[in-house]
Amino acid sequence: MGALGRYLEEEGISTTQISLIREHTEAIRPPRALWVPFILGRPLGVPNDPPFQRRVLLAALELLNANSGPVLADFLEEAPADNPEEAAGFACPVQFSKMHQNESIDAQFLQEIVDLSSWHHLAMERRGRTSMGLSGMEIKSAALVLIEFINSRSIDRKLTNAPADFLRLVCHDIRAYYTESVAAQPGKREAKEIQEWFWEMTKASKVMMLLRDACVDSNDPALNRFGERGVVPSFIANRAR
Amino acid sequence: MVKLADVSEHERKHLLAKISEYVGFTGNPWSPGPALSKRRVAIVTTSGIHRRRDNSFGEGANAVDYRVIPGSTKHDELVMSHLSVNFDRSGFHQDVNVVFPMDRLMEFAADGTIGSVADYHYSFMGAAPPKSLEPRARQLAVLLKQDNVDSVLLTPV
Repeated sequence: MGALGRYLEEEGISTTQISLIREHTEAIRPPRALWVPFILGRPLGVPNDPPFQRRVLLAALELLNANSGPVLADFLEEAPADNPEEAAGFACPVQFSKMHQNESIDAQFLQEIVDLSSWHHLAMERRGRTSMGLSGMEIKSAALVLIEFINSRSIDRKLTNAPADFLRLVCHDIRAYYTESVAAQPGKREAKEIQEWFWEMTKASKVMMLLRDACVDSNDPALNRFGERGVVPSFIANRAR
Repeated sequence: MVKLADVSEHERKHLLAKISEYVGFTGNPWSPGPALSKRRVAIVTTSGIHRRRDNSFGEGANAVDYRVIPGSTKHDELVMSHLSVNFDRSGFHQDVNVVFPMDRLMEFAADGTIGSVADYHYSFMGAAPPKSLEPRARQLAVLLKQDNVDSVLLTPV
């Protein structure tokens, strides 16, 4: 992103940027940058906190008043922690492993989606939006695409001629459904807790692990790349090894 | 927080390896401008967001394309198809402003902190090698000037 800043500046447009990885910004030396101490994926720090987001944004915009550069400033206020008492009660919303432990992983995955559906409806009502929709499929259809691919190692050509790209969008949609659902439940969730919940406690993550293995075993190089890097986050993949 | 000392060994190596892509730029480009209260600001994000109707980001040439986001775009029209799975998406799922702070920018325009907000904003996918973005960036500069933009806020993911 620092490169974009440099190129735009060379063309006569002032730029200021938010930096999430200070070492990268130090290397590329963009004209104006504000390093923030937030996790990857949250450059403004925290969702649904306009006053905090305003403080971050104002600090970045005020760098436009600098007389010379490059400028690399630090924003030292940590993102607000979620309520620790509420967070302490965070757990898998339903004990799927006990309720459906004799069923196949496919059936447990589909049941899990059903069990989360009322939370997802609530999330939609509250926010008036969903981040789903990349694949163009409803959640159950998206889940069935994964199951079908894992079991048959093929995908309906009526759906796509680019299986890796399509499966990637399906996975994005499924993860969005889960994180939007759990975010609607009582209590606030730290990003790390949501990620840990999804990858450690849901049947969806078990299905995605199977998807990764199926893609890695495929003869399609694009599916190989998707399986190796695009299904499971590296911190989870390396933990499992 | 993203301090390299705090991430896993694997992630730290990955992030450090990327530094080699960021060296080799020379000079210190600098464009002055008016006071902040007079500036017209656009957002350029590398978060891989786009309108639902637009093509998703992907591999190859598609990775250095950009998508146009009109300032009037509703939150429920925005989706994220960035290739990487190694960053938090739950914040974006809850509030677009955590990666694309359009509401906050509009508030700053309304209270006079900045002059105005651009009509058009742009989204890249940050997974592309930095120098591969040069032709698109220079093309973008022309479009930004046609929108009377003098300042850009760059947001990563």
